Amino acid sequence: MSARMKIDPIACSGHGLCAELLPERIELDEWGYPIIDGEPIPYELLAHARAAADACPKLALRLASEERG
Amino acid sequence: MSVARLLSGVHPDRALSWEEHLAIHGEPPSGGALLIDALADAGLRGRGGASFPTGAKLRSVAARRGPRTVLVNGSEGEPMSAKDRVLLRSAPHLVLDGAIAAAEAIGARSIVVAVPRDAPRAIEALNHAAAERGAQRQVEVVPVPVAYLAGEETALIRYLDGAPLKPTTTPPLPFERGLRRRPTLVQNPETLAHLALILRHGPAWFREAGTLGHPGTALITLCGAVARPGVQEIAIGAPLQTAIDNAGGFTDELQGILVGGYHGCWIPASALPNVTLDDEGLAWFGASLAAGVIVALGASACPVQEVASIMSWLESQSAHQCGPCSNGLPAIANELEAIASGRDDGHGLARVERWAGLIMRRGACRLPDGAARFVRSALEVFAVQFSDHARRGPCRACAQSTTLAAA
Repeated sequence: MSARMKIDPIACSGHGLCAELLPERIELDEWGYPIIDGEPIPYELLAHARAAADACPKLALRLASEERG
Repeated sequence: MSVARLLSGVHPDRALSWEEHLAIHGEPPSGGALLIDALADAGLRGRGGASFPTGAKLRSVAARRGPRTVLVNGSEGEPMSAKDRVLLRSAPHLVLDGAIAAAEAIGARSIVVAVPRDAPRAIEALNHAAAERGAQRQVEVVPVPVAYLAGEETALIRYLDGAPLKPTTTPPLPFERGLRRRPTLVQNPETLAHLALILRHGPAWFREAGTLGHPGTALITLCGAVARPGVQEIAIGAPLQTAIDNAGGFTDELQGILVGGYHGCWIPASALPNVTLDDEGLAWFGASLAAGVIVALGASACPVQEVASIMSWLESQSAHQCGPCSNGLPAIANELEAIASGRDDGHGLARVERWAGLIMRRGACRLPDGAARFVRSALEVFAVQFSDHARRGPCRACAQSTTLAAA
């Protein structure tokens, strides 16, 4: 089972915490909104990915497992 | 040569009555669930722009539990498209045949038809047609705002449910949770009209026109520098030149062709002899037939100015919900405006290119993707004109008012 980061673009308001917590998969554009690398999250990054999703003040970021899309 | 299936026997100034409709097309047979297989065999794909296979869409709604709804999305948010309103005001019964048959096939009771407020003839024709066949209680015709986002199904559903006309995050998609939270089949009017004819004549008949991969006929709206701009029906795969000839030929030297309207792709004028109107043929140029808007840009117009003003309009249509769209579209529009008026700092084109790449697939709806595709293809096809404007400012054609932009 692999997991990827998914964003709700309407909920996201560009706080940018996610990019600090998961720079391996998320960078910010010049307006401060996250650009998500859709590649699967490897095991060693899972804890950071969960932390990034949990830290989002808008609950706009989630770690989606493949089955649920 | 033009073909006439959907537009068979129509009048320019009024709708076909129920009796006239029956005389031309015959009684609509009852299809039931078998219709879904027939649609898949026919290879019918949606004519609203996204080209989703119609049979698969019906099947996905039919598989849901509880009351289901059919939403006919005739809102035609693309400003240069007129084919759905022309179809609705000329052959409303054909669209209703399709909507009623689709409702029966998926087990839906109610049908809502969304029509733009500025198409009173289409609204009147539909209401009259529904009354003529005693379907007033099943069919509800709803006038909707004239806006780009009215064409976005999640925004339209939200509006019809009493909220602002703004897209929602997907999933859930309308087939899962749509109008009044019910599983909803959203179809374009033209798609339903084809469905009504497939029901009568079968998939093999449908495939007698069109190409193997993209069967059938299509309604297109051809506008710009042609003698008789307007809506026509073509066999899919027909040369673009045939459609131009049907419209009385060019009125100006051709400078470029826009296929797909405001979210479409520019094709260079030199490619005209090789352009066929089907998705495989158009894919060579990065385009698709989408909702069938084709614009011939004449040599007397300035493409830089036209592209800049269309981008400003697209920017004005953003719901300003998603960061990349609400920041990216104004940035691109302002930069193009600066280039068109000779206020470029020498890096404007590179910034536009970068921003267009940056907003792709990062919104809840397809508005930013379409705008990015439109502007990128413009920078490629009109590279010389853009760099001339960036270096020297307005050209002679810039003095004219734009011909393509929506009001």
